[in-house]
Amino acid sequence: MFETLDQIFVLLAHWLVSFLPAAWQAAGGVLLGVVAIVLVFPTLFALTVLLERKGLGRMQNRYGPNRVGPYGILQPIADAVKSLTKEDVVPLSADAAVHFLAPVVLVVAVFMGFAVLPMGRNMVLVNMDAGLLFYFAIGASTELSVFMAGWSSRNKYSLLGAMRAVAQMISYEVPLLLSSVAVVMITGSLSPVKIVEAQNHYTWGLPHWYIFTPWGLAGFLMFAIAATAETNRSPFDLPEGESELVAGYFTEYSGFKFALFFLGEYVAMFSVSGLGTTLFLGGWSAPFSFLNWAPSWFWFFSKMMVSIFVFIWMRGTLPRLRQDQLMNFAWKFVLPMTLLNLFVAGLWRFLGDGWQRWVVCSAILLAAYAVMGRVGMYREHFGPRRYRYAE
Amino acid sequence: MLGEGILKGLAETARNFAGSFVSAERLTTVQYPEQRIPAFEAARVFPFLVYDGGDWEAGLRCVACQICEKECPPKCIFIEKSKDKKPDAMGKAQFYPTRFDIDVSVCMSCQICVEVCPFEAIKMDTDFELSTDDRFGGLLHDRKQLARSNEYYHQIHPTEAAEVDARLAAERSKADAKARVATESAAAKAAAARPAGGD
Repeated sequence: MFETLDQIFVLLAHWLVSFLPAAWQAAGGVLLGVVAIVLVFPTLFALTVLLERKGLGRMQNRYGPNRVGPYGILQPIADAVKSLTKEDVVPLSADAAVHFLAPVVLVVAVFMGFAVLPMGRNMVLVNMDAGLLFYFAIGASTELSVFMAGWSSRNKYSLLGAMRAVAQMISYEVPLLLSSVAVVMITGSLSPVKIVEAQNHYTWGLPHWYIFTPWGLAGFLMFAIAATAETNRSPFDLPEGESELVAGYFTEYSGFKFALFFLGEYVAMFSVSGLGTTLFLGGWSAPFSFLNWAPSWFWFFSKMMVSIFVFIWMRGTLPRLRQDQLMNFAWKFVLPMTLLNLFVAGLWRFLGDGWQRWVVCSAILLAAYAVMGRVGMYREHFGPRRYRYAE
Repeated sequence: MLGEGILKGLAETARNFAGSFVSAERLTTVQYPEQRIPAFEAARVFPFLVYDGGDWEAGLRCVACQICEKECPPKCIFIEKSKDKKPDAMGKAQFYPTRFDIDVSVCMSCQICVEVCPFEAIKMDTDFELSTDDRFGGLLHDRKQLARSNEYYHQIHPTEAAEVDARLAAERSKADAKARVATESAAAKAAAARPAGGD
């Protein structure tokens, strides 16, 4: 029974594909997976936007949307109708072809990331040996679409937003990659499926997720920071920067193209949350061994939604950074910490199974964090800037 | 230590998030069409014309002097003066406005018309729901739409209306006294004149 529930989507897919002639079955299976992903994540996006608006409202002591339908649950439908019926304006001097392609490229690139994420036991679209590599390669092409949008709009706000976005995304791509390299080093595989399986063990009912190791915790925090910057979420939402850049690189987009950018941003958030879950939070494995009866896909999606909630929580809490703070933080704090984390992960591997490795690795990471934080604050790399003329 | 402030901030927003479900006084939002807060006495939105008594047309205090029309900075008032005179609420023959229109879309709620009116005939209303789906006819309020009773004025601006009423009453009694003196002196003059020219 639990087995069936766990594999229900896999069985369903097999059953549907069995109607096809044998030669078409492989292609049909992949197509079915694609359709499922393309249906599930936009639905989740609609739900998340609503929950985000309501949650942010509650964090600011207001109600949030509550007019369309009971408790405002039909708000996504109203928004969808609005964005579909709005006029699609293309600026006269814009490069029309590139302007049209930019949102398409973004959405396609973002959706392709899901191909290698295991969303449950046996639930991965393409089980690639170098899945992680594929993910990062595809993830990097979102920068292209952002710059396409900014460049083709022929608007200074768009261009400034795109320049900021590209600078930010390339800066944070490095720590994002390096923090996942630690996981690859320990697992010895680039395959997300193998990474999840390596974490799916239990001692005294507790899981062996990588976040429960010193290097894993540090890596996860660095990954989370880099992922927030990579998805242009607050506090790293400089590329959009409503207060200074109108809407950043999608200033000149309206109607459905704007909705596509919006969708792309959220789906990227889902995908990077899914990757974080896969790398550090044990993917689809249950948090305690006695909870193993619940279906694996349930755990994957719960962990993903919890990560999304943390994203929203961060957005409700933190103000936007300044450009120099953003860059200093990436290159002077996150990058050295991830490099150190690589070294610590190596130590962890070669110090044996005793308690010593816990003490040594934690001590190194904590000391580095404290010293670098102190030095950075002292030199005002990430702290508030003091203005000389005002003193 | 680095990151301390972020944790404090996260705790604060978490407290807000959870608290907004528990304590109702955190949510200060007034859900407007269903819930309303009573208008403040000092609220001023759009002018209206005051009338005394029960009949709006007969009781309008406006004498069509057109001062407000001339003073209005955005020129949103349009007045047509009557050819004939009609007794006003005090019984004195006065001109009256055959047309008195104010354009809502032009009015900027500056209250200058109220300041300059020597007859206390135009005052500011607190009603702010002036939107309409008819952008040509609906935005031009004529004198019938603008007329409000003095009782209504008392209702929305009680202090100010009482002052205005006291001032008007004082003026009226002064005018009455003057009229009485005039009639008495006229009568006395007539009485004094009669014996002289009695034969």
